[in-house]
Amino acid sequence: MKKKSIMEIITSNRFLQILLSILLGFLVGALFLVIMGVSVGDAYGKLISSVSSVKGFSYVVVYATAYIMTGLSVAFSFKTGVFNIGAEGQFIMGSMGAAVVGILLKDLPKPVLIPLCFLAAMLAGALWGSLVGLLKTRWGINEVLAMIMSNWIAFYLSNFIAGIPAIHHEGNAEATRTISENARTLFGADFRSKLNLAPTANWGIFVALAVMIVVWYIIEKTTLGYELKAVGANRNAAEYGGIGVNKSILTALAISGALAGLGGALQVMGMGGRISIFTGQEGFGFAGIVVALIGCSNPFGVLAAGLFYGALIYGGSKLTLVGAPTQLTSVIIGTVVFFIAISVIFERFGGGLRSRKNIAGRKEAEAKIASEKAGPDGNKEGPHGSENGKEDETT
Amino acid sequence: MKDFINSLGVILFATLAYATPLIYASLGSCFSEVSGVVNIGIEGMMTAGAFTGTVVAYFTGSPWIGFLCGGLAGMLFGALHALATVRLGADQTIAGTAINMLGPGIVIMIAYVLFNSTDTIPLTAEQRIPTLFKGVFNTETVFGRFMDNVFATYFSTYLVFVAVIIVWFVFYKSRFGLRLRACGEHPEACETLGINVLATRFKCVCFSGFLAGLGGACVTMTISNQFRPISIVGQGFIAIAAVIFGKFRPHGALIGCLLFGFCSGLKTVIGGSSGIDMQLISMIPYVVTIIVLILFVGRSRVPSASGKPYVKTK
Repeated sequence: MKKKSIMEIITSNRFLQILLSILLGFLVGALFLVIMGVSVGDAYGKLISSVSSVKGFSYVVVYATAYIMTGLSVAFSFKTGVFNIGAEGQFIMGSMGAAVVGILLKDLPKPVLIPLCFLAAMLAGALWGSLVGLLKTRWGINEVLAMIMSNWIAFYLSNFIAGIPAIHHEGNAEATRTISENARTLFGADFRSKLNLAPTANWGIFVALAVMIVVWYIIEKTTLGYELKAVGANRNAAEYGGIGVNKSILTALAISGALAGLGGALQVMGMGGRISIFTGQEGFGFAGIVVALIGCSNPFGVLAAGLFYGALIYGGSKLTLVGAPTQLTSVIIGTVVFFIAISVIFERFGGGLRSRKNIAGRKEAEAKIASEKAGPDGNKEGPHGSENGKEDETT
Repeated sequence: MKDFINSLGVILFATLAYATPLIYASLGSCFSEVSGVVNIGIEGMMTAGAFTGTVVAYFTGSPWIGFLCGGLAGMLFGALHALATVRLGADQTIAGTAINMLGPGIVIMIAYVLFNSTDTIPLTAEQRIPTLFKGVFNTETVFGRFMDNVFATYFSTYLVFVAVIIVWFVFYKSRFGLRLRACGEHPEACETLGINVLATRFKCVCFSGFLAGLGGACVTMTISNQFRPISIVGQGFIAIAAVIFGKFRPHGALIGCLLFGFCSGLKTVIGGSSGIDMQLISMIPYVVTIIVLILFVGRSRVPSASGKPYVKTK
């Protein structure tokens, strides 16, 4: 066994490529800080210190819960070859579904109400996802277009529902009522203060972890997962192999929607408590796309990426304290994603490296054969072989 | 009748106001998509254009230099997208997502440096894109008011219709257009005919950024007069939707944008007069787009080679 060169290790290890991309993201971020005249140490110090305390980290986890869920939703759809740009709408529908149940059935006991809220959210999200699936499979409407439209329809629908008297805030707040205490997933006040956790710390993250394992299981260990992956890899081949492509797309979008919807529920039942009437989309779906990309559409990768994203968003919100704009985190994350996108160059470069080695190896072998053949024809073989070699290199 | 003509005038005014930036951006999207490069980074490129246009107009006092620089800023991000997707064979969706984060991130950081705020300073009337035919029509009469609403509009709106015609000619009547369409359908065949696929795509993605940048600049340099982080919220994605709606043809995208603009205009008029909830009315453009797709447009065929990085075979 010979030792691998650093380049070969990088080209063969996706994890290292991502770490390298993150490093480059922070480097570019530092560059911008220098240009702006803000101390890099101050800004990054603030970023790290704000997320490394127990309280800070509990905030990160609270933020990350929703990102992990939408990330899982997008990652799941990627496996089927569908780009779920509609996670935003599914998330909105899910959070509204949970909120409506949590407000209207406020007197139900906790063990009944919480599962009901989850169920409502998943149904609402799944409905929103399959609606797009239906448009695609029944009328052939491009899913990207349908999702962009359905995101905004969900957005206005949510605002509309928030305005209905039975749902709208009792006072003048431009929001829904606060959902029932029995529908909240917050940790007990004693527990929070004893561990010095954030006031919004909740057990939603454990739901997200469980869902992550379920998603991994479905994708890797079930027939359904196999079929979905087959459709994602090659639609025609899957169809030829007897897999109903339309049914798979519908299923994938419904599951994907349910995941994003559940994310919405965890957000409103944990952190939010109520839903505001917004003037612009909050971007949880978009965050999910980024998280899925950084996490390589792998459920465990999504967990790590969701925490990373949550840390940057929470840490970023503290940056103004040291005179650096919050948007620094957008630049860092954008750069990370950009380098992840172009990290295929590593593979191509690595491939080139290998094939060049092969050429060298073949030349050696040819030379060997030529010398073994040695005889009156040996001289003629030689130049012929080297000519071949030249061709390989130049073409 | 009088009321109807008045309302129609207001609706058409709003239609053009909503549609103009979308048309620029969707023309840009056409260039990129048809040449075979998916560009979901339009949104980020529009943001870059919106900011740069306003800032340059503010400092130079010339709306036209601002407008042009808005386009160039979009082009810069277009070049970045092209570098990743065309030259380095990156996944086009991932690279586009990165552009959508980098665009707003970078310009808002620059806004902090220049203005110590996320918003730019509002432009004066002279720094904004001028209007044409203002005061030409007699607004005392019903007809005059209608004409004033529809035609006394910003220069950029007139320009965009010229741009549609130019792009249409480039696409369907020029050699470059034939090549760019071919690159989106069958790059390997193009390469065998001696067309430089990578160079063609690179140019197209740059154009795409330029037009998206102009679209962004339209948003902040006409009716609205300053850049704010919420200036560009989803217009880029609507422009992409319009291109899919128009089956990847510039004139189809134009119709998509106008339909969308018209519905948005309708929204403003209905919203004022009827008792229907504003949130429900706001859904109209999106719902109508889907209904029209189901009833009249149907399947939109994506260019065959779209989304696949082209790697020169050796």
